[in-house]
Amino acid sequence: MLLPLCILLVTLVTAAGFVVRRWWFPPPINEYASWFDSYFNLNLAVTGVVFVLVQLALAWSIARFRNRPARHTEGNNRLEWIWTVSTLVVFVSAAAAGERLWSAFQLTASPTGALVIGVSGKQFAWNFRYTGADGKFGRTKVSLINDASGNPFGLDDSDEASKDDITSSQLHVPAGRPIELRMTSHDVLHNFFVRELRIKQDLVPGMEIPLRFRADKPGTYEIACSELCGLGHHQMRSALVVVTAEEFESWLRGKASER
Amino acid sequence: MSFLRRYVFSTDHKVIGIQYYLLALFAVFVGIAFSVIMRFHLSYPEAKVRLFEWLWPATASGGVMTPELYLSLMTMHGTIMVFFVLTTAPQSGFGNYFIPLQIGAEDMAFPVLNMLSFWTTLVAFLVLCAAFFVEGGAPLSGWTAYPPLSAVGSIAGPGQGLGQTLWVVSIALFCAGSLMGAINFITTILDLRVAGMSLMRMPLTVWSWFVAALISLFAFAVLIVGGVLLLLDREAGTSFFLPAGLLINDRLLPNDGGSPLLFQHLFWFFGHPEVYIVIVPGMGVVSTVLSVFSRKPVFGYKAMVIAMFSIGLLGFIVWGHHMFSSGLNPYSAIAFSVLTLAIGTPSAIKTFNWIATIWGGQLRLNVAMLWALGFVSLFVSGGITGLYLGQPALDSYFHDTYFVVGHFHLIMGVAAIFAIFAATYYWYPKVTGRYLSETIGRIHFYVTFLGVYGIFIPMHYAGLAGNPRRYADFAQYDFLKDLTVLHKFITHTAFTTAAVQLLFLFSLFWCVRRGRLAGENPWQATTLEWAHHPAAVHRGPYEYSVPGSRKDFVMQNETAS
Repeated sequence: MLLPLCILLVTLVTAAGFVVRRWWFPPPINEYASWFDSYFNLNLAVTGVVFVLVQLALAWSIARFRNRPARHTEGNNRLEWIWTVSTLVVFVSAAAAGERLWSAFQLTASPTGALVIGVSGKQFAWNFRYTGADGKFGRTKVSLINDASGNPFGLDDSDEASKDDITSSQLHVPAGRPIELRMTSHDVLHNFFVRELRIKQDLVPGMEIPLRFRADKPGTYEIACSELCGLGHHQMRSALVVVTAEEFESWLRGKASER
Repeated sequence: MSFLRRYVFSTDHKVIGIQYYLLALFAVFVGIAFSVIMRFHLSYPEAKVRLFEWLWPATASGGVMTPELYLSLMTMHGTIMVFFVLTTAPQSGFGNYFIPLQIGAEDMAFPVLNMLSFWTTLVAFLVLCAAFFVEGGAPLSGWTAYPPLSAVGSIAGPGQGLGQTLWVVSIALFCAGSLMGAINFITTILDLRVAGMSLMRMPLTVWSWFVAALISLFAFAVLIVGGVLLLLDREAGTSFFLPAGLLINDRLLPNDGGSPLLFQHLFWFFGHPEVYIVIVPGMGVVSTVLSVFSRKPVFGYKAMVIAMFSIGLLGFIVWGHHMFSSGLNPYSAIAFSVLTLAIGTPSAIKTFNWIATIWGGQLRLNVAMLWALGFVSLFVSGGITGLYLGQPALDSYFHDTYFVVGHFHLIMGVAAIFAIFAATYYWYPKVTGRYLSETIGRIHFYVTFLGVYGIFIPMHYAGLAGNPRRYADFAQYDFLKDLTVLHKFITHTAFTTAAVQLLFLFSLFWCVRRGRLAGENPWQATTLEWAHHPAAVHRGPYEYSVPGSRKDFVMQNETAS
């Protein structure tokens, strides 16, 4: 009888963790993250019921079928068809339902007026780049990259458009405005992950990968590298600073005057 | 025959099976040791440990573990466990020993090739271990070894020099050994079956080894290509995986034209089928053990065979779900997601059939049966989170968090280990003539069962809180501080669970001479390994409690019931 009790115990304790939610997602800071949470909860409800029922069925049959003659059966085609088709329906509809969330995240172009920010990752630091007043990113050269002299992107000042580009080690964005990050890496793989946004994207050398989001709630949120990048992987941290539009403009002006 | 020919350079399938098993046994204790050391470091990062300094003077001077040491232990833990334990024991170990016995063959089809595949695998293991002893130490790029980190040499970090090269060579050798094994398995099963052993009379164990061998043949063929190309990038200056403009450690590399994503495709084209190479033989043995100790035929034998083949086939077209956030065209995620969730169907069929097999049975809850039932429980718990990870939007939060670590350890790590334990308890009397200790076995089982849940379920909670995996230290992030208690709990549970494995080790060797004597067919089972020189097969593999029969099992080679 010990095994059924153990199965019961781990099932209840596991389920309790998902109900009590002592360790859980941080509060969402935009519509997408709220939508993600409710879609996750839907998945949790379905899988939670299946999880508990199957474990209970297992525990119950271990407890029940002991000292009695076995009932001979080699299968039941009808039963097998029923559970094959019903699981297939559940799984495929989950995939279909999940695509709506995915489309909103990855398959929707930025609206006009989106703020475009360049992102570069390197062992083990983040750098962010804003266009400056001209609204254009200037030319860069790998050979000019130099962190010590404050040029992490290798901005080439012989290009007029480069001169007003602004770089920062933190990602400042205005609340409520659509953002489009254009991300690349100079060395190995990295990954941009902000828990409050519920999104994650690799940075790949040789590719420029867009990442779109909007952050509505002002605050400071941690950016955690989430793709193994070397011995300092666990230190590759930065911050997403969400501020009001006015505060953002004044931050940009301050940065421009530093340059 | 000399001792050397009989027990060392042997061509006997039984000896080779045991050799593989012992290799996996040694490897698993190395892997476990690494994991408890890692857990210790995560919970007590400042602790000065003499043992660490003694083992790794360069990377743990003063007894404090460096991040590079942590990451190299993590890399080696993953590599050893996936290749040299989970692929080696269920498939090569038990497969070699029991395929000929269960199909009524004298030996494997190619005995010399069989010996060669074991020795290639052993050399692969030694080459891997050598990485710890070279300058810079073992590699730190994880068992997935993604370039550019794995392809550019020691400028990317200590361990990325010779250590990483040895890693790549080891994996390529392992691929070669596995390919030889796969060819041998497939040929043996197709050609050497005793009279009357039609395909649909084969035990599900034989089917599972057959399916896993087919998967191995196609999967390792691709991984070996990935390994060779990676080796060329490292040693010959090619640029298969390296694009232009790489600036690593302030050095501009001359490479041009390669793609880091190409390696990920090659790796996961192997890597996803690999999880089925690990788990399918476990499914086979669990089906058999559940049937024997329920005194009932496997429910839906034909469906089980079809499900294994569907898993094997679908397993080759779902690799993209490991790459949802890698930078693929986002439309491809839709296809990979549908296919990935579809593969849940054959897995669910198997689970329902296992429960239906014990349903209405006359259960004998000995230790082999406990492990098999534990397997089913873990398979459900670990499998169900696949529903989240198979959906790209949800995966965009969970990718590379502890949620994934919890998921794959439950379903392919410990579930497969439970199947290995079930197989060990079930077949030990066949190999040694004696039983393993049931008393030790029960203690071992219950502590392990509660232990693995206690380790890996909390990892899901850490993942929900966004905890990234492969971090050598959690001190840098504010949000990780809240998880300290959780990680301490995991660490202590891991120590307890690891300690109890020593009981098994003791029992395994002690019972060879001291275990209770077992008869010829101690479990009253039906398959041929328990028969005496079977000349022909007359029936299916699971004839238990057949109505009208005078005893509750009929062996495959019996003519009349």
